Amino acid sequence: MVDNVVEPAVQVDEALVAVAALAGVTNVVRELGALVAHTTPLALLSLCQELRDGFGFAQVMDICGVDWPERPLRFELVYNLLSVTRNARLRLVVPVADGAAMPSVTGIWPSATWWEREVWDLFGIPFDGLADHRRIVSDYGFEGHPLRKDFPLTGYLEVRYDDERKAIVYEKVKLTQEFRNFDFLSPWEAMTTLPGDEKARG
Amino acid sequence: MPSVTKTIEIDSHTINFGPQHPAAHGVLRLILEMDGEVVTRADPHIGLLHRGTEKLIEYKSYMQSVPYFDRLDYVSPMACEYAFALATETLLGITAPERAQWIRMIFAELTRVLNHLLSVASFALDCGALTPGLWGYEEREKLLEFHEAASGARFHANYFRPGGVAKDMPAGMEADLAAWCAEFPKFVDKLESLLTGNRIWKQRVVDIGVISAADALAWGFSGPNLRACGVAWDLRRAQPYDKYAEVEFDVPVGLHGDCYDRYLVRIAEMRESVKIVSQALAKIKPGPVKVQDTKFAPPKRADMKHSMEALIHHFKLYTEGHHVPAGATYTVVEAPKGEFGVYLVADGTNRPYRCKIRPTGFSHLQVLDKLSRGHMLADVVAIIGSIDIVFGEIDR
Repeated sequence: MVDNVVEPAVQVDEALVAVAALAGVTNVVRELGALVAHTTPLALLSLCQELRDGFGFAQVMDICGVDWPERPLRFELVYNLLSVTRNARLRLVVPVADGAAMPSVTGIWPSATWWEREVWDLFGIPFDGLADHRRIVSDYGFEGHPLRKDFPLTGYLEVRYDDERKAIVYEKVKLTQEFRNFDFLSPWEAMTTLPGDEKARG
Repeated sequence: MPSVTKTIEIDSHTINFGPQHPAAHGVLRLILEMDGEVVTRADPHIGLLHRGTEKLIEYKSYMQSVPYFDRLDYVSPMACEYAFALATETLLGITAPERAQWIRMIFAELTRVLNHLLSVASFALDCGALTPGLWGYEEREKLLEFHEAASGARFHANYFRPGGVAKDMPAGMEADLAAWCAEFPKFVDKLESLLTGNRIWKQRVVDIGVISAADALAWGFSGPNLRACGVAWDLRRAQPYDKYAEVEFDVPVGLHGDCYDRYLVRIAEMRESVKIVSQALAKIKPGPVKVQDTKFAPPKRADMKHSMEALIHHFKLYTEGHHVPAGATYTVVEAPKGEFGVYLVADGTNRPYRCKIRPTGFSHLQVLDKLSRGHMLADVVAIIGSIDIVFGEIDR
């Protein structure tokens, strides 16, 4: 190998620096080319206001939750912002504890209403200031929050039309065959340290 | 004679529109509060087609997840696959070979035509015009033949894969596509002759469901619906993926943001799609159609006959699948209906940790209340037709 490694010129990521300077931003990184900023529920509203008015992020394209049951702050709320005037995207990540309420951004982006309803429905994160707090995609009278990791894939209730009773009936899920969770993880790739080989990793 | 004042009380009443209404475009349950014939409040109830796709994907390998995307927006299946394939590629740090990129673009554009044909045709049907539907379906059938020839399925193609496409286009298909490109604009002219200048059509759609550009942005509009408000925003142009930076096409925009402009934008986009397909056909060259790394793409059937390694790779790929390094990406494509995004979180295993699907119609349907207030009941039907919603993707 020819030793011609040139020190790459340090390029200042202006967008990253500008976002990092904002109040309430705890951490900013570039992940796979995308700008990702972390913040806290307390600082969220003022930060979003600033991002919309000062940075042109007129649109929130998507709000979604991610469940990390083993973390102290169990949920992550992810806001994907888009500026069509600056052709820029920003991902806001807000860790939030189970049971804690999030401030609603519907006052800043009206389109957030349905996204927040969906997050409430699927993850059970309540939103302070969300006028319409109904479930959105799950059934009327549904219980539980299906996208939480501790919610079983098969659910609890099944629905069918009972021809004798001429009505729709809800029954406990009966599996004719046990749920098969195929675990194909090979030990060679999933186990990063082999038993007895701890020394290899220092 | 003393004047007599009579007070007549007209109660506002609430009606259920759908979920089995033919103009509800699927399973939309719309609760309409009416004052006589005028809508005072519209409350869309969605979720009747909710199948828990996002949850199911968490239990499937990356390759097994692809067919779920066909079943989201079932009017433009390949556009949904596209987003997932690109998202997985971003996480894996792989790039599809050139030919695969061109093929994906060709099919993404055919899908756009497929979608707009159905969208415009059913929109017209909702407003009482039957013929565009009949003609449109015939043209759709020609495109579905291309789908079938390439993937083996008319709708649920499962054709785009992380790292390329499932298999190459069959021999002779490029010539067939070129012939279609030459013929199809004539059909668009014919279709337009039925509607664009039609007095009855214009009476039904002009100045109906108007939304300003500022409102459309605030409400998260994208795609043709946003462009109909005069915002020239197209992800293929602004944030190009695959080979979109190498083709020339126009981004049609409307002026008024009404139902008529949304219709016109879709018609113009069909013509642009044909331009893109013919440029792609001119630039496509023979070559591999999936990454040449058997960790991500299956080996050739012929290799498996005599190579033990190929056989092992094939077995591992179709049981365990490939591992994706931990990370997250929000990858978007310009689907026919607008911005279709996948927020994919990987944790280093062979299954997505979280796969959030950003449906395009979700934000559009949300605005139905705002769009239809003060309009007549029949206009609501026109508005639903013009915003082009499909419940497979809205409910997921």
